[in-house]
Amino acid sequence: MATYNTSQFRKGLKVQLDGDPYLMVECNFVKPGKGQALYKCKLRNLIRNTLLDRTYKSGDTIEAADIEEIQAQYLYRQGEQFFFMENETFEQYELGAEQVDEAWKYIKEGMVCSMLLFNNLPIAVTPPNHVVLRVEYTEPGVRGNTATNVTKSAKVETGADMSVPNFVETGELIKIDTRTGEYIERVKE
Amino acid sequence: MPPRRSSADFRPTACWENLRLRAELLRRLREFFHEHQMLEVETPLLSADTVVDRHLDPFCVVPGGDSGLPDPLWLQTSPEFGMKRLLAAGSPSIYQIARSFRREERGPLHNPEFTMVEWYRLDDSMADGIAFLGKLCDVMLGRGPAETLSYDEAFGRYAGIDPHTAGVADLAAKAAQSGRPMPESLSQDDRDGWLDFLLVEMVQPRLGIARPVIVYDFPASQSALARIRPGAPLVAERFELYAEGIELANGYHELLDPQELRGRMARANAQRRADGKPTLPEENRLLAAMESGLPESTGVALGFDRLVMLAAGAKSVDEVLAFPFERA
Repeated sequence: MATYNTSQFRKGLKVQLDGDPYLMVECNFVKPGKGQALYKCKLRNLIRNTLLDRTYKSGDTIEAADIEEIQAQYLYRQGEQFFFMENETFEQYELGAEQVDEAWKYIKEGMVCSMLLFNNLPIAVTPPNHVVLRVEYTEPGVRGNTATNVTKSAKVETGADMSVPNFVETGELIKIDTRTGEYIERVKE
Repeated sequence: MPPRRSSADFRPTACWENLRLRAELLRRLREFFHEHQMLEVETPLLSADTVVDRHLDPFCVVPGGDSGLPDPLWLQTSPEFGMKRLLAAGSPSIYQIARSFRREERGPLHNPEFTMVEWYRLDDSMADGIAFLGKLCDVMLGRGPAETLSYDEAFGRYAGIDPHTAGVADLAAKAAQSGRPMPESLSQDDRDGWLDFLLVEMVQPRLGIARPVIVYDFPASQSALARIRPGAPLVAERFELYAEGIELANGYHELLDPQELRGRMARANAQRRADGKPTLPEENRLLAAMESGLPESTGVALGFDRLVMLAAGAKSVDEVLAFPFERA
């Protein structure tokens, strides 16, 4: 198994601790002039999304995580199970609600998402940064009010509730930023 | 460190205001030394000799070809050897503003290539050296004269432990109480490793907050090239300046005994071997200089980039360097 030593430590490193994959989100080098160098790291558990603080001294090593990112098409949902297919190999993957996390709000059948595999098993899925979704229902807005700072709730075709400006109407298509969940604009058909 | 290149990489990371401040502080520094009748010197950055220290990793340069040069050569980790050779050859009190290089040191307070200000004052005791450093710090930063605090007092005050008498188990227990994550590999016989951990996590962040502080009388095991003062406990006549929790300078009442230096280099190499690091050559011209007689002096090395950083109110040395390592 490949390992990283402290001189290779940097933000973005994917490592393995106690069998779980982690992303190094911060690495702070501290060293008294005549003393031992320490690497104070923040690591994000890529399965549970929890943060872990760990301190290493120079020369320490961490096991590298076998993480692969693939493009996979969302096929369908069955209860709490989500099915995806890798475009090139036609390999199918089944993800639970925990792995899909917030992504369920944005994914439509046929959408190509990026998926993280840890030891060849899916651990997370990320939708494209921008998605277009149809508004299934929203309360009629006050006429003439085109201000974007007045918002209301809208149920979109994935079943999720989004916050949209007052002027958005049922049946319209809207573009959403999946990284923030924010409404961007209306889209014409 | 993989190179990250983009089209904006040619630009400096420091703003012009900070680069002007840097130049102004350099000017003020030279003026200060000039007022104190100290001679500016320059010694080689690239040398056949290198400091042997457990925790310092020099860049190694292979000259190649038929240069006839010693192989390998080293980029200096500080101008210490060259300056002490000048002292042994009869120089007056001297200073140097020199680039120094340390492998693997990169972070908000570290760049592998950095500017070190180093000076030696003949006949100064440790107390004289502390007073001079305090004065220089006041002139450069204008935050008043530095307080002084022994290493012992600093640990007592901020870590609640006696750093000279506490056993490794006590130090480790204190570290555990701090609630900070500890390196699993820190071994039970590495007493200095635990002291460094407590220093970094509990003591140092609280040093020099109201005004700069100079910590003195380090454990004899951390003497580097400082003289050890007989007594109980044995302490190294070494001192460090801190401001806003940042280490700015390190000084020694200088070790004069070449036999003692040989012993320390051998110990440092043994520790390097145990740490899995390459050993460094123990033969050098400093030994010959010390054998011919090094005069009594106190020497101090100050990190100039950090000084500018503090004066600028910056959070990282990158804000005061034209081109840090990744853009070098």
